Amino acid sequence: MEIVRPQSHRNLFSSNDAVSVPSLPLYRSAPPLEVRLEDFESFAIDRLRVLKGISDGLSRGKKPEEMEKLVKELWKVNMRHQHASEVLNKDIISHFVLRLVYCRTEDLRKWFLSMECALFRYRFRFLTPEAQRAVMDNFDLTCRAVNNVEFESIKEKLGQVARSMGQPSPTVDAIFYKVPFEEVPELVAGRKVFISQGYAYVAMNQVVSLVATLFRSQLSKTLILTNRVAINCCRKWTSSIREQEKHRLTPIVEALSSSYLGPDFSQPREYAEISLKDIDQVAKSSFPLCMRHLFDKLKEDHHLKHGGRMQLGLFLKGVGLNLEDALAFWRAEFSKKVGLEKFEKDYSYNIRHNYGKEGKRTDYTPYSCQKIISSTPGAGDQHGCPYRHFSEENLRAALSRMGVNSRAMEDVMDKVRNRHYQLACTLTFEALHGMTCDAGINHPNQYFSDSQKILQPKKDSSAQNLVTARE
Amino acid sequence: MDFQVGIVSEGVEDVSVISDCVMVGIFSKLEWEETDWPQGLDIQGEIFFLSSCHHTCTSSLYSFFIHFSSCKSSSIFIQMIPQQESDFDHNYLKPYYGKLFPFADIFKWMTYGHDGKHPGCDQSYFGRREFSFTLKGDFYLRFQSFNNALELENSIKEKCPLKIDIGPVYTVDPAKRHAYAQGDNNVFAPVERELIFDIDMTDYDDVRYCCRGADVCLNCWPLMTIAIKVIDTSLRDDFGFKHILWVYSGRRGVHCWVCDGKARRLTNEQRASIADYYRVYKGNENSHKKVSLMGAALHPFLATSYTNVLKDYFEKILLTSQNLLATEERYEKILSMIPDESIASELRGKWQDSRRSSSAKEDINVVRWEQCKQLLQSGKHKAQGLRRCVEEIVFFFTYPRLDMEVSKHMNHLLKAPFCVHPKTGRVCVPIDPNQCDEFDPTTVPTLFQLLEELNNEGLRADVNGEWNGTSLGNAITLFRSSFLEPLQKACKEEIERSYNLKLQQSKNSVGW
Ligand SMILES: [Zn+2]
Repeated sequence: MEIVRPQSHRNLFSSNDAVSVPSLPLYRSAPPLEVRLEDFESFAIDRLRVLKGISDGLSRGKKPEEMEKLVKELWKVNMRHQHASEVLNKDIISHFVLRLVYCRTEDLRKWFLSMECALFRYRFRFLTPEAQRAVMDNFDLTCRAVNNVEFESIKEKLGQVARSMGQPSPTVDAIFYKVPFEEVPELVAGRKVFISQGYAYVAMNQVVSLVATLFRSQLSKTLILTNRVAINCCRKWTSSIREQEKHRLTPIVEALSSSYLGPDFSQPREYAEISLKDIDQVAKSSFPLCMRHLFDKLKEDHHLKHGGRMQLGLFLKGVGLNLEDALAFWRAEFSKKVGLEKFEKDYSYNIRHNYGKEGKRTDYTPYSCQKIISSTPGAGDQHGCPYRHFSEENLRAALSRMGVNSRAMEDVMDKVRNRHYQLACTLTFEALHGMTCDAGINHPNQYFSDSQKILQPKKDSSAQNLVTARE
Repeated sequence: MDFQVGIVSEGVEDVSVISDCVMVGIFSKLEWEETDWPQGLDIQGEIFFLSSCHHTCTSSLYSFFIHFSSCKSSSIFIQMIPQQESDFDHNYLKPYYGKLFPFADIFKWMTYGHDGKHPGCDQSYFGRREFSFTLKGDFYLRFQSFNNALELENSIKEKCPLKIDIGPVYTVDPAKRHAYAQGDNNVFAPVERELIFDIDMTDYDDVRYCCRGADVCLNCWPLMTIAIKVIDTSLRDDFGFKHILWVYSGRRGVHCWVCDGKARRLTNEQRASIADYYRVYKGNENSHKKVSLMGAALHPFLATSYTNVLKDYFEKILLTSQNLLATEERYEKILSMIPDESIASELRGKWQDSRRSSSAKEDINVVRWEQCKQLLQSGKHKAQGLRRCVEEIVFFFTYPRLDMEVSKHMNHLLKAPFCVHPKTGRVCVPIDPNQCDEFDPTTVPTLFQLLEELNNEGLRADVNGEWNGTSLGNAITLFRSSFLEPLQKACKEEIERSYNLKLQQSKNSVGW
């Protein structure tokens, strides 16, 4: 298969150093070149590894210096190419493939946008001053530089701002950019710029923040429009792909979009992954604390209020308890308290409802950590996120009942105090399973399936691979 | 789905006690598809959140989150018996809305020039604005919308709300939001909202000794004056906003509406950045305990605020009116803010026996503050941490304390101007930021006063409405001249500009 290499791109970096990042494209238009199907996929996966790495780093709370090192490393490892001249193409192609994949839903767009922006921000910092200037030219920043007359008139204020941040006052040859304050929210929020009449005066060493915002808003706008546009450019790229290969494109795109955010628990799944007889055992071994607590409370009180029934019920549906078993499970408990008749009359409806068998027949989806954390349980309610909603005393007791040792307990409590509830849950997972969980816990059902993967390692070893959908 | 609800008074089916508040049952199944009605719904189980005093409610109000697995509409009717009976009879509101409330002005404001005369007007603009009403009995109606001034006026006159809140302008008519929620993408979202600030005296309880909580007096009101001066100056000079409305909240604080087009279209992130620009308190947003001013200089905004407003108000007014250094308990609070223990104890020593030596002529607070300043700023203590200490103390006692969350999000509601505060009966009148020193919350017209004036005036018809003969006249004149008229002019110009731009673009694209 022939590959058309665009001549213009080759000139952009004459350096032979394949490791360094010679240039930072703004991805304004898809490259006019054709892409082999193999590259289409493998480039995208490589970029995905970078973005996923950044996402993991951020969710683990890495410091800016650590992130800088991490991004440099991720880029170096994943985005190289045996031909130095192809590095830039790989960069651009992989970006556009992922854009195509990620423009499809709001959640995907959000994730992609913030990861690409983080990547852009760090890469901008690695650039030489000349390369940085080239990027700024592309955003028409040069013409927004403050001229000498204006500089003189506000010199004192600019010095004040610099000194308020512990930096020396700017010298005469310092370059400042005058931009609407809306374009540099993070500098405004930190009072890191002088603001006058709606304009922020951004120093050269703060420009990364400005450029990142401009990049973000450009990308955000295009992502919304991308669905159509991206499909077109994808067609253009693959126009030379043989007819029999074309059908392979769709599954690749599908697989790419589901492979890094973890499995999509909102999709209806095959049921009967666990059966009623195993439930006590798996509850002990693989339920996250929020579900374990509801489960134990239900066994103890033979009753749960609505919020608890929803949170636990949908979770159980998500782990594969079928409707028959679910009814049997709830019936066994509730009938001890309210009697069989009242259960059938008052409660079974809701359970059938959750499975889409009543009412609007919507298949309700299990709650994510985000939803559980932001819930607001009242008096007598058992649902919610224990890391957020329990008192410290109760949380400690619950964790030690689960078997978290005292050293791990302090780490968990530390995260809780800093309001990193999902990280606290992740640490609990790691303490109980003796293994790291780099992706972090985002969903109770993910906790469950990750736990099961570790406890039942016989199959599924390939599931660690980033992309599994390809034959 | 979670809903926020309130309301109604009949059809009670069941009584359950939740927390400290009595709930009286679910009222109506009408809004539900019969099949979706959760059978045997146990009310106690369904309501899992009860928070006191939602920010948009008065203190006797509660809002609820109700959770059902499925529901067609969020208008679920629930009645609750409020904890406190309102001491304000809403029957007085009927004549107020009937004769005095400036509907036309509120409508003109809320249309922002989209009032139908210019071809560039967006006819749907006003109809996409959310209003929300608090009715007698503490019922809370959200997502009300109106197509024109008359609909708004009729609805308010009919429902006679104790409180009217104004929300954002949404993508679609908020009353019909469910009809739009069908597809995959939920198109219902806020698109425009004034940048708003809410400053409440209750947040200042640790720096005022005259009153607490909801009470205010002329000794502590200067704290609000300071807030208006600092924020108003910065909004104009720093951010370049022009159309700013300050309103007395009716009891213990002030609201600010920034209405420039640019302000209304700010994203949440940009709103948050402005709110954070105004924040000097470290740590938790709800704890004002510590002001931290680091660095070798103050940011120009803080420096200007300090020299032009804070310092003077602290030294010339608050120091003596609040007796900030008069007793041991009070000066200890200030000493605890001095990081250098030797200076603190030196001052403590001086002040402990100065009771005898102080001359009767000079105010003890002023004398002690001078001593404190002198010691902190004297040559031998030039260390950075201590130089800032004088400023930190002044900031702690004077700097505006904003309710950050209100400003950060587009979809926060805020009470409309010219509402009547249900507890005090005072009208939420505009405050002129240029004359805010003269504003006296204790002389703001009350509903009773206005109705009396109305009776005395008799039936005197006036083109401008009957308020002309009442003490509401000045407030409405101020609203028009200093806010509404310049705003309308600017809006018309903006509509004209963007219309011409569009015309030009369409011409160009035809050529292309
Ligand atoms: Zn007072």
